[in-house]
Amino acid sequence: MIPALFRAALTGLLLAAPAAHAIEYSQFQAAKSSLSFVSKQMNVPVEGRFRNFRSTLAFDPARPAAARAELEIDLASIDAGSKEANDEVVGKAWFNVKEFPVAKFVATSIKPLGGNRYELAGKMSIKGRSRDLVTPVTVTTEGKSASIDGALVLKRADYGIGDGVWADFSAVANEIQIKFRIVASAAK
Amino acid sequence: MILQTTHTANSYTRTAIGLHWLVAFGLIGAFALGIYMHELPLSPQKLKLYSWHKWAGVSLFLVILVRLAWRLGHPPPAAPAGMPDWQRKAAEATHLLLYLLMVAVPLSGWLMSSAKGFQTVWFGVLPLPDLLEKNEELGNALQSAHKFLNLTMAGLVIAHLGAALKHHVIDRDDVLARMLPFLRKP
Repeated sequence: MIPALFRAALTGLLLAAPAAHAIEYSQFQAAKSSLSFVSKQMNVPVEGRFRNFRSTLAFDPARPAAARAELEIDLASIDAGSKEANDEVVGKAWFNVKEFPVAKFVATSIKPLGGNRYELAGKMSIKGRSRDLVTPVTVTTEGKSASIDGALVLKRADYGIGDGVWADFSAVANEIQIKFRIVASAAK
Repeated sequence: MILQTTHTANSYTRTAIGLHWLVAFGLIGAFALGIYMHELPLSPQKLKLYSWHKWAGVSLFLVILVRLAWRLGHPPPAAPAGMPDWQRKAAEATHLLLYLLMVAVPLSGWLMSSAKGFQTVWFGVLPLPDLLEKNEELGNALQSAHKFLNLTMAGLVIAHLGAALKHHVIDRDDVLARMLPFLRKP
């Protein structure tokens, strides 16, 4: 009985052995992660960021096909560069956070591009509108944590961010530069 | 710009007159725009007006530097004979302060904009360096400074205007006509 259990345990250990090299990063580290953006107002770059967002993910660099990743952003936590802008962008014409408090990204595939680069594809949903999004990311691992970094250009009009008078791109450009860093550590 | 080098001791060069009025109307326009725009609710129009105000400020700053350089090389005509000493001193002090404010007003606007985190991009093309890091407290302090300097300048401009009219209407000398040659009696 005891040797049988031991054998089973040993077999299990051996089966798990190939995975021992790979680490699955799944514990989102909010304090080390960042989500910032640059909007252009009258051709003047203005920096902003979101303070509150969270990710649920399971990413093993050795098995990207099995990876899962989701990102939820509390839109009211925006800092758009000034108090005046912050008061404005939570309103109906921009994010309408009363009705749509959260933006969500759900990854549908992560493909290796060679080295530590991957192609991340998924669906971005903001203000009740979903769009497909594809962007390259760089994954840097350090000990028990991994940093997923990327940058992309999001067109605000695709999601109706800045309706009405703001739909004119001459004051605030359509293209918003986004930079993100998602840090996750391996489960213990 | 016409560079007139031969002028009588009692007149300004045409360049000095041109620069005076260019700066005068430019500053009055930028001042009026500043008063109008700062209390508007946020809108694309407000962003545009702010940019135009900043472009005007940078442009005027450059004209003012040219004006200062011209002024240093071309002393203004002397005050009319018989003008009381205190008036002469008051006029000199007002002119000196106005020159200082002409430099300080646009400069304070530029610094304020940097401290508030909005770079100045001249005509939407040429980015000016941010001399200050973004800092909310400093931004608010510079906003107060910009306002104070502007109101001081507005007060001095009114005094300057009043004195010029007084010279023309009461003293009946040529102080105003030197800056407005068409008023000059033949």
